[in-house]
Amino acid sequence: MEIFLQQLINGLTLGSVYAVVALGYTMVYGIIQLINFAHGEVVMIGAMVAFSVIGWLAANTALPPLVIVLIGTLAAIPACVGVGYALEIFAYRRLRHAPRLAPLITAIGASIVLQQVAMMIWSRNPLGFPQIIPNTVYHLEGATITLVQIAIIVTSVLLMVGLTLVVYRTRLGVAMRATSQNAHIAGLMGVNVNQIIAATFMIGAALAAVAGVMVGSYYGIAHYTMGSLLGLKAFCAAVLGGIGNLAGAMLGGMLLGIVEALGAGYIGDFTNNVFGSNYQDVFAFLVLIGVLVFRPSGLLGERIGERA
Amino acid sequence: MLEVSGLRVSYGGINAVKGIDFAVRAGEMVTLIGANGAGKTTTLKALTGLLRPVAGAVRYNGEDIVAVPVYQRVKMGIALVPEGRGIFPRLTVEENLDMGGYVRNDVAAIRADRDHVYALFPRLAERRRQTGGTLSGGEQQMLAIGRAMMSRPRLLLLDEPSMGLAPLMVQKIFATIRAIAAEGVTIMLVEQNARLALEVCQRGYVMESGEITLHDNAQALLANPQVRRAYLGEDA
Repeated sequence: MEIFLQQLINGLTLGSVYAVVALGYTMVYGIIQLINFAHGEVVMIGAMVAFSVIGWLAANTALPPLVIVLIGTLAAIPACVGVGYALEIFAYRRLRHAPRLAPLITAIGASIVLQQVAMMIWSRNPLGFPQIIPNTVYHLEGATITLVQIAIIVTSVLLMVGLTLVVYRTRLGVAMRATSQNAHIAGLMGVNVNQIIAATFMIGAALAAVAGVMVGSYYGIAHYTMGSLLGLKAFCAAVLGGIGNLAGAMLGGMLLGIVEALGAGYIGDFTNNVFGSNYQDVFAFLVLIGVLVFRPSGLLGERIGERA
Repeated sequence: MLEVSGLRVSYGGINAVKGIDFAVRAGEMVTLIGANGAGKTTTLKALTGLLRPVAGAVRYNGEDIVAVPVYQRVKMGIALVPEGRGIFPRLTVEENLDMGGYVRNDVAAIRADRDHVYALFPRLAERRRQTGGTLSGGEQQMLAIGRAMMSRPRLLLLDEPSMGLAPLMVQKIFATIRAIAAEGVTIMLVEQNARLALEVCQRGYVMESGEITLHDNAQALLANPQVRRAYLGEDA
């Protein structure tokens, strides 16, 4: 039971990160039916920028840890928004009406470019997270939860609520949904479709920046390759929830985190220790395969017939 | 108000509109009739900017608007009720209407206009929280017209508003169009139902395979034997 609860907590933490990253995939897909495979790299850039700032502040100032992390995050957000905007303008906009394979290949190319640029800026060595956050541990029915875990879960819930409010309660949000449902008609209504698409990329990138800080501080390191696997898993989460669906991305992210953590926790017991918890990464892709075979539209995916 | 000259539009490699001229004066109701595939919808798409003409000029209040992007033409006062209605299926009725008023900032006036649409179409008021995709065809057509009115257009373009609707609903829709015209909105109506269109409008243009072959007063066109034979389903 302790293992179960512990893995549930770990899974929720990781799942929160997946959910926030998955939102970036699903928003862009919802609006232009593009899988932005460079999105994981945006998360990585966020972590790298934040860690650079946080490391410098921790070494050179006596600011309280919370302020340092906040400044680091606030520095990462505009950097990632800039990268997201640049991706849209330079990599995807011209290919908007090209066959779907073209922007997909471009996305993979862009992700390689971003990784290499990051390697040139920050080197191949991982950046460490300075030991500034107190490693407070709370005990809970035999399981433990750290301060960082609580912060990650709370932050991502706030982000999800905030995004939902933007999408469902603001003029920009209505325009985004209208554009995703019928871009031509949205244009007829006076919506500058290019602007809305760029805004979608930028919002996704801002979420990715925060996700980068969250995942980096959870594992304590940031590295130029950290975005690929995380990005792929978040993509699995988005597909699991139903790509294009916001609630789906949130649910898919959380579920994927939990499945992964429970899988890693119990795989040894179930296989007589033939497989260990180092097989954790397998579960995301097993889930992806399962979804594609049994429910290609995802858990909350829209039935095709709903498009009038 | 609207002057089109030498308009040529290609659509999917086909010359759908082959150099047409027509004009709509302020306050008029003008119809463009013709068979399926004559180029009527393509013409409207060029007027709204959804398609870029190959040649020709589209003058709106004296200004050539060919290079003006789609989303800015709404602000100039041109609104389209598209063929097939183009309702946003997963936005609510109210959100669809709000999208119609997207270019405006006067919140109070937008709300007043929304209430005006609801007064015009009480059925929409009943369904304001429902998504557009759940409405019937007639309700969607009401919503499409209401949505276009939310931008306070001076020129309203309607593409096949009677399509797929029951006769009673068609009557209701056309009564509404007439009421909108009475409010001073200039109307250009594209219709396959030529009799209905000519009965409502003052002037008409007849389009045949990308060219305008006839134009006259609506009454005269209704009496024209050629039109009667080709579009009003009568034996000569």
